[in-house]
Amino acid sequence: MSEAHTHHEMSFWEKYVFSTDHKIIGFQYMFTGLFMALIGGFFVYVFRMQLAFPGIDVPGFGHVSELAYNSLVTNHGTIMIFWFAMPVLIAAFGNFLIPLMIGADDMVFPRINRLSYQIFLLSALVLIASFFVPNGGFGGSWTAYPPLSAEAQYNATPLGAPMWVIAVGLEFVAFLLGGINFITTLMNARAPGMKMYDIPIVLWMIVIASILFMCSVGPLLAGAIMLLFDQLIGTGFYNPAHGGDPLLWQHLFWFFGHPEVYVVLLPAMGIVAEIMAVFARKKLFGYKTILYSVFATGILSFVVWAHHQFIAGIDPRMANLFTVTTLIISVPIAELCFVYIATLYGASITFSTPMLWALAFMAEFLIGGVTGIFLGASGLDVYYHDTYFVVAHFHYTFVPIAIIGFYAGITYWFPKMFGRMLNEYWGKVHFWGTIIPFNFIFIPLFILGAAGQHRRISGYVHFPDLYTQDLQNLRIIATVSLIAMLAFQVVFIVNMVYSWFRGKKAEINPWKANTLEWTVPSPPPHGNFAEFPTVYRGPYEYSHPDREVDYWPQNEPGPDPAKSRK
Amino acid sequence: MIEAYLVRASSFAGDIDFLNDLIFWIVGIWFLAAEVVFFYFMFRYRKKAGQKAQYVSGEKKRHKKWISVPHYLVLVFDVAIVWGAIAVWYNIKQRLPEPDLTVGIVAQQWAWTFVHPGADGELHTDDDVAVVDELHVMEGATYHFELEATDVLHSFSVPVFRLKQDAVPGRKITGWFRPTKTGEYDIQCTEICGLGHGLMAARIFIKSAYDHEQWLNQRYSTMPGQALASASSL
Repeated sequence: MSEAHTHHEMSFWEKYVFSTDHKIIGFQYMFTGLFMALIGGFFVYVFRMQLAFPGIDVPGFGHVSELAYNSLVTNHGTIMIFWFAMPVLIAAFGNFLIPLMIGADDMVFPRINRLSYQIFLLSALVLIASFFVPNGGFGGSWTAYPPLSAEAQYNATPLGAPMWVIAVGLEFVAFLLGGINFITTLMNARAPGMKMYDIPIVLWMIVIASILFMCSVGPLLAGAIMLLFDQLIGTGFYNPAHGGDPLLWQHLFWFFGHPEVYVVLLPAMGIVAEIMAVFARKKLFGYKTILYSVFATGILSFVVWAHHQFIAGIDPRMANLFTVTTLIISVPIAELCFVYIATLYGASITFSTPMLWALAFMAEFLIGGVTGIFLGASGLDVYYHDTYFVVAHFHYTFVPIAIIGFYAGITYWFPKMFGRMLNEYWGKVHFWGTIIPFNFIFIPLFILGAAGQHRRISGYVHFPDLYTQDLQNLRIIATVSLIAMLAFQVVFIVNMVYSWFRGKKAEINPWKANTLEWTVPSPPPHGNFAEFPTVYRGPYEYSHPDREVDYWPQNEPGPDPAKSRK
Repeated sequence: MIEAYLVRASSFAGDIDFLNDLIFWIVGIWFLAAEVVFFYFMFRYRKKAGQKAQYVSGEKKRHKKWISVPHYLVLVFDVAIVWGAIAVWYNIKQRLPEPDLTVGIVAQQWAWTFVHPGADGELHTDDDVAVVDELHVMEGATYHFELEATDVLHSFSVPVFRLKQDAVPGRKITGWFRPTKTGEYDIQCTEICGLGHGLMAARIFIKSAYDHEQWLNQRYSTMPGQALASASSL
């Protein structure tokens, strides 16, 4: 590594383990998140095998007991949201990109940043440890509804359940600390000249996501502590026999849980926006429209939570209110999709691997978006609630967000992160090997949901209407496709590791992009900028008619087209 | 579309299926339109030698209308969907028509107890018939159900009715249905309720009034102690 030795020589531990450098902390989050994703991926392989071939000894795992099945399903969901999507999309990309894209040398609170990762690591260790205690990890689904989650006599995991709550609680603390840092850094440490509307959309998205998280997580953290008390010292916050109410948890959980969807969605949409602008050589269509739509979505996301509880025993009149708010939130989200599509109008598109991922995000996320309408409509949710239709719907949102979004981001910023180019050919093989099986996993699940198949069941032997050969064939298609999709991830891992050491050396600005991270060496040295940049214009001035070249770096002295037109 | 997989056996199953089809066509057309435009742009504006992309900020009125017009259209269609959703919801969940009969449903880890009214047609009397994992109902009669849970959350789901309702410990939740088709179908527990969740299956038997009465009589003749035992256990 070519490092400007203005600082004292750092030991391995100082540099990579107890580092306060935002880039290293970003990598720590990324690799921890990817490691957790491998666990989550293994879990889904095991329980999908059980569903397709009930009762077999799953290779690499063995017989799947009812207790194990519930725990696998629960922890698959928990890991993929809290220990993969959040650390990778928000913490990894947020940490790596925010200082580089605003022209700063680091986060404003580097030691809080380090603490954030350390608490996150601890939370992951607690969760992993919970799989190895007697009776195994918690199995009451990632929503952890009491009384099942609150009492060991019901859930049969006296240690697994409290450890799950503690792990989730610690993870929230880690992201609160990280969020404080992201918001403060973006607001206070921008390069001279970078006004609010000159901030790259991805940073807005990450910071708005952090704000949503901070505003929604408080009630759930309080709820989690009450749940822990119910589990460990016998309080009755959620126990009707002691004057408590199980529905209280559901409100606290979903008041957080729905904004959480947007907490992970927004960073992914931000990543996609950056990539689409660069590879379409186009200015983003309506920067301000995007920003205001995101604000509207964020605010609305706080008043839709009870659509998860239509049939949970809440007052039926309340469903009418929440079905209206839920349908209204489709408007800004639809608007965002329109704007992204409009950005391609008049473009000059290069289909490099990052762009393929970005385009696939849009194409697939639309399916997740429109199927949400079926569930948000209270009358229809009476039927679809807790069926595989729900499972298919939210995987069509979360797979584009977490998996496609991550691959878009990593293939785009890999040259900057590691100073080498990824292999394009194997990148495309991996792309098609992921996207095609993905659809063959979840389209069968929509059909199974429409046929009335309910969730979180290890087998359908006891349900004659569901235990038919036709439906079993659909389950097998989904499982085989899943195995194909998982197998193709090996291509990515090999490509990444090989390119990291042997790939073509990356230039400073291989994609000819405008934002500031492409003005520093690849990989950026400690301290990032040899000389702090000044910003003269917005990040998306591509193909400007006054210029010979089709891009216009933000730090290149000259006029600001946004101003000169007025 | 749902009826292709599952028969309709309640008075409101058709409404749910109609709402499903309504939403399917509305969002389906939007979805197709969006994907067609998206893929057309990808093809039409692929990189060509010597051709520069256009410079469109998307902030001029004549450009903005390409976003704002679909935006208002989405709002119009949302109104239609909200109308359908609330109309169906109101009928199933908010309204409570006068019942001909009432059944009691008790969910526990991991079984259902269905308490049927006896010959007197009244629930909570000495001749009630409690049966585990079997619900027997009469075609054409309007039923109320009184749903309770003794331990954790459960959810009473009858796919052929298109009906689902969570059972919550500490609450008695009343709902209704009217069976419209005879036959024998699945009852599911759709809220995860512990390690026996997958075993918590039951069956619903929908019979004509005559067959239902036969069943009730047979029940009394084979199990004389049943009525009193069930009454005291509740």
